[in-house]
Amino acid sequence: MAEPAKDLHKKEAETPETGERTRERKVYAPAVDIIERKDDIVVIADMPGVDERSVDITLEKDVLTIYGKVEADAPEKHVLYFSEYGIGDYQRVFTLTDEVDRDKIQASVKNGVLKIVLPKAAAVKMRKIAVKGEA
Amino acid sequence: MLWQDLERFGRFVDPWREFDRVQRALSRWTSPSAIEFPAVNVWVAGDTAVVTTELPGVDAKSIDISVVGRSLTLRGSREPEALKENESYHRRERWRGEFTKTVELPFDIETSKVEAKFSRGTLYINLPRAETDKPRKINVTSD
Repeated sequence: MAEPAKDLHKKEAETPETGERTRERKVYAPAVDIIERKDDIVVIADMPGVDERSVDITLEKDVLTIYGKVEADAPEKHVLYFSEYGIGDYQRVFTLTDEVDRDKIQASVKNGVLKIVLPKAAAVKMRKIAVKGEA
Repeated sequence: MLWQDLERFGRFVDPWREFDRVQRALSRWTSPSAIEFPAVNVWVAGDTAVVTTELPGVDAKSIDISVVGRSLTLRGSREPEALKENESYHRRERWRGEFTKTVELPFDIETSKVEAKFSRGTLYINLPRAETDKPRKINVTSD
C-alpha cells in the first residue's frame, strides 16, 4: 500500500433534512480536493461511474450542490462472489465563502473525476487588501 | 458460494440487494480495515469471472494487470495535482500515489483470454476459467 494512506471506504452521504429519496439506493459523499488559485477555486471530486450526462451541479445563493447518478452495471447473469465496495449515487453540498462569478463556472468530467472551476467575482478580487509588515 | 446460490440468483440479479447481502456476509469474517486498496468486486457466472474496481482519474494505459494461476494483480498510480505558486489546498481527501492489489479467484484463469475495459473511472476485467481447470465429465458405461 502506497503512502499516504488511502481512505478505502466510501463515505455515505448524510440524509438530507428535506426527507428521504424516492430511489432506493445508497448515496455516497465523494472524496474531494479543493484548491484555491489566484483567480478561481477548483473543486475536484472522485465519482467513478459518472459521466457528463449524469452529473448535476447547482449553485443556489452560496450553496453548491453536486449530484452524480450512477447506473448499476452488474455484468449480465453474473452473481456477486465477493464485494469490497458498494455502488450508489454521489452527493455533496458545499457552502461557498467567496463570491463566485456564476456565469463563468465551468465543469468537466473525465475518467470518473469531476472538476469544477469557480471563478472569483471581480469584486472579491479587488477587495483583497495587502498587509505590509512594519519596518 | 454454493452452486445452488448461483442458480437461485443467476436469472435475475438485483444488484443492490446483492451488494448488501455479500457485504454483510463478508463483514462477518473480515474487518473492513483488512481490505487493501483499491476495493474490488468479483462477479462469477459459470466459467467466467468479472473483477471490477474503481480507479477514477487513473490513466487507463498506466494500469498494469497481470494474471498467474488463479491470482490477479493490479498495479497503478495516480499523481497529485501539481500546485503552482499562490495555490493552496482547502481540502485534500482524494487518494494519490501507487497501489498494488492481488485478488484470488475461485478458479485458474485462461491468461491469453483476459480482457479489460476502463470506463468512467471503473475498470472491468473479464477472466475466463482455464480449460485445464474445468471439471471433466466422465461417462459411465455399463455392460
